[in-house]
Amino acid sequence: MIPAPFTYKRALSVDEALDLAARDGADAKFLAGGHSLLPLMKLRLAVPEVLIDIGRLGELRYVREEDGHIAVGALTSHDELSRSSVLASELPLLAHAAGQVGDPQVRHRGTIGGSLVHADPAADLPAVVLALDATLVARGPSGSRQIPVGDFFQSLFETVLEPDELLTEIRIPKPEAPSRWAFQKFTKRGIDWAIVGVAVQGGSVALVNMDQTPMRAAAVERALAGGAGPREAAVHAAKGTNPSADINADVRYREHLARVLVGRALEESLAR
Amino acid sequence: MKVTIKVNGNQVAGEVADRTLLVHFLRDVANLTATNVGCDSTSCGACTVLMKGAGEAGGGKSVKSCTVLAAQADGCDVTTVEGLADESGEMHPVQAAFHAEHGLQCGFCTPGMVMASVSLLAENPSPTEEEVRTALEGNLCRCTGYHNIVRAVLAAAPAIERRSA
Repeated sequence: MIPAPFTYKRALSVDEALDLAARDGADAKFLAGGHSLLPLMKLRLAVPEVLIDIGRLGELRYVREEDGHIAVGALTSHDELSRSSVLASELPLLAHAAGQVGDPQVRHRGTIGGSLVHADPAADLPAVVLALDATLVARGPSGSRQIPVGDFFQSLFETVLEPDELLTEIRIPKPEAPSRWAFQKFTKRGIDWAIVGVAVQGGSVALVNMDQTPMRAAAVERALAGGAGPREAAVHAAKGTNPSADINADVRYREHLARVLVGRALEESLAR
Repeated sequence: MKVTIKVNGNQVAGEVADRTLLVHFLRDVANLTATNVGCDSTSCGACTVLMKGAGEAGGGKSVKSCTVLAAQADGCDVTTVEGLADESGEMHPVQAAFHAEHGLQCGFCTPGMVMASVSLLAENPSPTEEEVRTALEGNLCRCTGYHNIVRAVLAAAPAIERRSA
């Protein structure tokens, strides 16, 4: 399988990437690791006329502590996240979940920014970043803006980013109790997307693949805030969800998995 | 566009279409056909090679070359299974271990299995059996030969340590 023809352009700075995007507008796509975009292009589900390769922008590859939060460059690979000593101590949820994405080869190429802007509700990191109350920083022709992650995902494969905007950084507040985390996903094979997944950080609970976007399990969070225990709170895990039915699972099965996995994750987060 | 990739230590240049995949550059431009196209959809790992960007340390990281554009590898170092043996033709410890432990049946997945294993052992020189199985989850063997493959990787680990000692 070969993608439809396109013109390849390589950006060597964020400014150059933004210039190229401003020129080619809606016909262009940014290419980071390519592990979401290239498979779609090979299937001809995505047919951009121009690819702007941002894969060499070292300025967007970092994990660092800034006052009160952790700043993650959008081009940091899943492999780099999983090995980051800063994340291991401050955000072990993100380090662990990044190490569960795909397989080693995928983690060597795939990036956190790519995963977020692709906005696949079955992907792991969008829900993790949602549970962590991140703020996403995007740059466009008119400057930089900060987007609360709760406003970022619009629908299936759709975010609030404009075609000429580039996600540059993910800012994550340091959790009060970093060790109170858990990540659970259910797959048929290790390398598959989650049929359902859940990310827990303290009293925040986010679900993978239970709607058109990653979502917070609001009813579970309310129950926890009201003093409910893990199993008691997990009963509410499917409330307000809108999962799809597909070859892997029907709606009721996904709802059941959400309750089971949320219960396990909450217990795990409390046992650490 | 013109793409130049250092493949197994040799500069290989070619004028290719922008949409050319790295695996096709390796097979059709570099004429190195050990790297197989299996599923062609980032699942099976038969096309695994090592890729190292300019300025990066080490021997490169495993990637699935069906999901990398040749243009993305422009200026990079790429190692295929043909590049593992030393100048005298002596096999790399991972190759020797796959041979000794009979870590293959039909052999189609083998180049990718070997490259994924080389990458694993560079990151984790003495993995447990469980770690080997997890690290090879992106490589599928349809002959169900996993037991001997895992045995081969475990046998290769001390051989690599001895070689670099």
